[in-house]
Amino acid sequence: MTLTIRDLSVAYDDVPAVRGVSLEVPDGQVLAVLGPSGCGKSTLLRGVAGLEQATGEVAWDGEDVSRLPTHRRGFALMFQDGQLFDHLTVARNVGYALRLRRAGRAEERRRVEELLALVGLDGYADRLPRTLSGGERQRVALARSLAHQPRLLLLDEPLSALDAGLRRRLASDLRHILVRSGSTAVMVTHDHEEAFTVADRLAVMRDGLLVQEGPIDAVWRSPVDAGTALFLGYARVLRGPAAAAVLAAAGAPGAAAVAVRRSALRVDDAGALTGRVVSLRSTPEQQRLEVDVAGVGVVDAVASLDRRTAPGEAVTLSADVTRLAVVREG
Amino acid sequence: MRRTTVPALLTCALALSSCSLVGTGDDEAADRSTGDGTTEAGGPVVLVTHDSFSLPKKLIRAFEAETGYELELRANGDAGSMTSQLVLNVDNPLGDVAFGVDNTFAGRALEAGVFAPYRGEWPDGVEEYALPGDDEGVLTPVDNGDVCVNVDTAWFDEEGLEPPQTLEDLTDPAYEDLFVTSGATTSSPGFAFLLATIAAYGDEWPSYWEDLLDNGAKVVPGWEDAYFVDFTAGGGGARPIVLSYDSSPAFTTTDDGEDTTTAALLDTCFEQVEYVGVLAGAENPAGAQAVVDWMLTPEVQAALPDSMYVFPVADGAGLPEAWAEFAPRPEEPLAVDAAEIDENRDAWLTEWQDIVSR
Amino acid sequence: MAAARTTGGGSTAGRLAGLAGLAALPAVVLGIFFVLPVSGMVARGLVDDGALDLAGVLEVLGRPRTGRVLWFTVWSSAVATTVAVALGLPAAYALYRLRWPGRRVVRACLLVPFVLPTVVVGVAFRQLLGEAGPLGFLGLDGTARAILAGLVFFNVAVVIRGVGAAWESLDARPGEAAAALGASPGHVFRTVTWPQLRPAVVSSASVVFLFCATAFGVVLTLGGLRYASVETEIYLLTVQRLDLQAAAALSIVQLLAVTALLLLAARLRAVPDPTVARRSVPPRRPRRTDVVPLAVTGLLLAFVALPVAALVTGSLQPDGPDGGWSLEAYRALDGRGTAPGQGGTALVVPVTEALVTSLRTAVDATWMALLLGGLLALLLTRRSRSRTERRVRSVLDGLFMLPLGVSAVTLGFGFLITLDEPPLDLRDSPLLIPLAQALVALPLVVRTLVPVLGGVDDRLRQAAQSLGAGPVRTLVTVDLPVAWRPLLAAGGFAFAVSLGEFGATSFLARPDDPTLPVVIFRLIGRPGPLNDEMAMAASVVLAGTTALVMLLVERLRVPSVGAL
Repeated sequence: MTLTIRDLSVAYDDVPAVRGVSLEVPDGQVLAVLGPSGCGKSTLLRGVAGLEQATGEVAWDGEDVSRLPTHRRGFALMFQDGQLFDHLTVARNVGYALRLRRAGRAEERRRVEELLALVGLDGYADRLPRTLSGGERQRVALARSLAHQPRLLLLDEPLSALDAGLRRRLASDLRHILVRSGSTAVMVTHDHEEAFTVADRLAVMRDGLLVQEGPIDAVWRSPVDAGTALFLGYARVLRGPAAAAVLAAAGAPGAAAVAVRRSALRVDDAGALTGRVVSLRSTPEQQRLEVDVAGVGVVDAVASLDRRTAPGEAVTLSADVTRLAVVREG
Repeated sequence: MRRTTVPALLTCALALSSCSLVGTGDDEAADRSTGDGTTEAGGPVVLVTHDSFSLPKKLIRAFEAETGYELELRANGDAGSMTSQLVLNVDNPLGDVAFGVDNTFAGRALEAGVFAPYRGEWPDGVEEYALPGDDEGVLTPVDNGDVCVNVDTAWFDEEGLEPPQTLEDLTDPAYEDLFVTSGATTSSPGFAFLLATIAAYGDEWPSYWEDLLDNGAKVVPGWEDAYFVDFTAGGGGARPIVLSYDSSPAFTTTDDGEDTTTAALLDTCFEQVEYVGVLAGAENPAGAQAVVDWMLTPEVQAALPDSMYVFPVADGAGLPEAWAEFAPRPEEPLAVDAAEIDENRDAWLTEWQDIVSR
Repeated sequence: MAAARTTGGGSTAGRLAGLAGLAALPAVVLGIFFVLPVSGMVARGLVDDGALDLAGVLEVLGRPRTGRVLWFTVWSSAVATTVAVALGLPAAYALYRLRWPGRRVVRACLLVPFVLPTVVVGVAFRQLLGEAGPLGFLGLDGTARAILAGLVFFNVAVVIRGVGAAWESLDARPGEAAAALGASPGHVFRTVTWPQLRPAVVSSASVVFLFCATAFGVVLTLGGLRYASVETEIYLLTVQRLDLQAAAALSIVQLLAVTALLLLAARLRAVPDPTVARRSVPPRRPRRTDVVPLAVTGLLLAFVALPVAALVTGSLQPDGPDGGWSLEAYRALDGRGTAPGQGGTALVVPVTEALVTSLRTAVDATWMALLLGGLLALLLTRRSRSRTERRVRSVLDGLFMLPLGVSAVTLGFGFLITLDEPPLDLRDSPLLIPLAQALVALPLVVRTLVPVLGGVDDRLRQAAQSLGAGPVRTLVTVDLPVAWRPLLAAGGFAFAVSLGEFGATSFLARPDDPTLPVVIFRLIGRPGPLNDEMAMAASVVLAGTTALVMLLVERLRVPSVGAL
């Protein structure tokens, strides 16, 4: 029961928004589609849902659904906000899909209770959407989408409208709920932290094209190009001699380009790289430094809080191979 | 932003170029209320009339130049609407002089005392149009016309049929489904036609109408509906016999102007005379009288056919060529007494409505 | 205004003073130019020789004819409104939610019927439907169906515009979410879109109902003599028979019925959360599933175009259908219209002059409607602090709709008998006609502005006030930027209404500066060489001007929130 997307393209007024994207999402897995604003990820999702006119094929379990209208594909949709039916209570919102399928009042009530418990909103059945907070509304939307056990769940930046702390909490809740219900899902986001929390697989898009796709750690460990690496959260991409120097210091085989995390280089008396501290900032966890390393340039580095140092001081750095990623193309 | 500035500017330009009406009227309004019944010679005189009133601006300016009065017009719906408003406002008249009350509505106006007596110099021929029953002499005739049944002679020629001549002929099966008229409750000529049948048949008029309707006569709301939609010579309709005016044949001449394609049945005509009168309680009675006199002058009388499609009341006023040639007048049109009309109007209209809606 | 800089909620007295200030002008205008004339006419009818004659009134109400007339008015208006809504909804969807070339032109064209004088359209309709006409085989001439068709023809634009403006800015996401949950398009409309759209539909429908119930020309011309509505009956009673008592009785019934309707509409219109979320949604290209709304729009366009086309062809064929085409009728409009050999000044003033008069009157009517409407809209959208405030507001909400539902005859005649003594001797005032027209356009203006101003977040105003802005400054900074576009659009609509208004103003005393509808009426009322063709040509000119004005207003692209 896999979702297969083959060569999907969507254009607005002859301006291509999605260009020939092909993907596969195995049953029960969550795919995060990551990319900067305007890269076409939401359009891709809407194309899969059938809300945009698209060329190419969308298939579920081998069966082509591209010709079917939205309401017959069985792909539930969840937005950032503004999708609840204002004139219905929470219970009636959640039970909407069940009523469409004529589930029967008792069945509906049971399932609604079950779902509200799943999303952590017991007792909210008779509330009206406008009396709920943003996070509560998104939970109701999620419950509603899961009510009829859809084939596929499509989530369009579901947490973007919430504040940072709430977002983190809800992201891990979302992961739990998706795993517990065994749903196959495609989630669109621009936040890589969120992608890592919720998803099993990762797809990166840029300018309408699918740039890289695969299991999360695979993608993470070897980004396909510099842009992707930077988007995934790597601080810098070093090339040529700089890359060689850092890789050598890490004890890894050489490569044309390497993406470096901010915490990849650490102040270490036994380190292989030498440099001079340019700037220094303290954080609760560690000190963040910028160090001008010979043969590499200015790079980020970290030091533990008890390692006193000051700008202008000479330091030695060691490189952590687990915090480096070889970028496939230079 | 560019997209919206141009239309916005255009809208503003439209608004600014059409300076509002507010500024212009204020001066005139301010002059009105001298309130004590005397206005210096040369003030405004307000003529209340109906929507069909029209005289060439040249004549009006000549009047103003000669008498020194400023003529202001107030147009007020049709004759019936105007008369009703005059009656309702009898204590506080709308103007100084009123034109357009015709013989079918005169009874109502007389009863309510809307007019003040005045009789100026009447040219020859006007006397015969004076309203019988107007003992105090408040109304002065200005124009007249007849409402008659018209036939499309060209159509009858083509079909090889003899056109009807009298009211009775209209109930003849030979003319089944060929007649269209406008309603008595909804149009003034229609009411005139009803009065014609009342004059002709007396109390038997309901049975005449029943016969008429049995013979397939069509009744439509307005004169324009009958003439321009259903009449064969007017609008390409299906009926060659229509209720219209005795002046109508003057407008259906052939291309070369030698002949006309329609004719009025002079035995079916009902006379309509329009009157002018000084309003009781007017602010400028002298000016009102001047207007009354003015309307009987040869210039105005001669202008009546062209401006208002009616015949003058003064002898020798002169008619346009086509009128003289193609629009003969009936010798003895049908008539009903004004007081009688006023008294029975309601009952007649109600009964007519009943007959027609069956 | 007495209110000084208010802090926080402001003192009650300050608020009341502010409200009273806003309400003063509309209240005075409505009082003098509506309440006074209508009550004057009604009183005239009810009071017989100084004593209240209620027995006479009851007698009139008990007549079988009264019952028939009432019944006809109610059912014809209800059916026409239903048909207008049924046709207008899909057309609103196609014109405001979908994007296709030429839709703005179609939008402007569908508004044209609003301005056309009924008398000429009546003739055009009848030429189509009459015995000898191309559609004569349908046998609709003089039937109730013809009346219904006429009513729909004139009023469907109100539904399209009102519903369309609301639909344009409706959030599409709940609908998309519902579709993804398995709801078919029809189900989505029923369960999601309709609850959000209902207030706009109810508002439009109530305005259309009122227009239909007071329609005079359409019933008279198209229905022949078999059908009478309350409006035509009042006209006949007042003008033909001078039976003021019966006319007053019917006017009272009319008022009561209208009030009941407005109460019902207010009930139906109420939503739990009046500030429905508004979001600018770009219209999308039509898809295969949109074929029904597009087809309905096409049908409506054809339906509207038929009589107009009849007018155009009639005006271009001065010598009858076989006579060949010529612009003679249009040329005759420039001057005094003399046809050779016939003599005959068909026109008192050239049509160009009449058009200018019409435009000037319309300008006056528009600024009056906008001024009053703007004040009323402001008044209705302030947050109520107390129960009485809320009650007063809802009463006002219905009050300004009343002029639409009252007979034009009663109003017109009422003006003349009540405004006849100083200090209110306004019978001669040039303001009277534009004002009467403004009263008719007022509901449309208010209904356009209220949702916009109501949707402005009150916190914006509070922010402005906390920064030191007084009430007027807050208005300019917060409300005006949001409101100026809908204000212009409402102004355009008011302009169109005024151009075509002939009902109430035909009963008012007019100086001899006729507007175009009056000239057209005169032209068609008498035989003359080119008269009916000239009437049609003048109507085409009027229609063309209106379409142009509406297109200009469309170009201003009021993007979102004008629900009627």
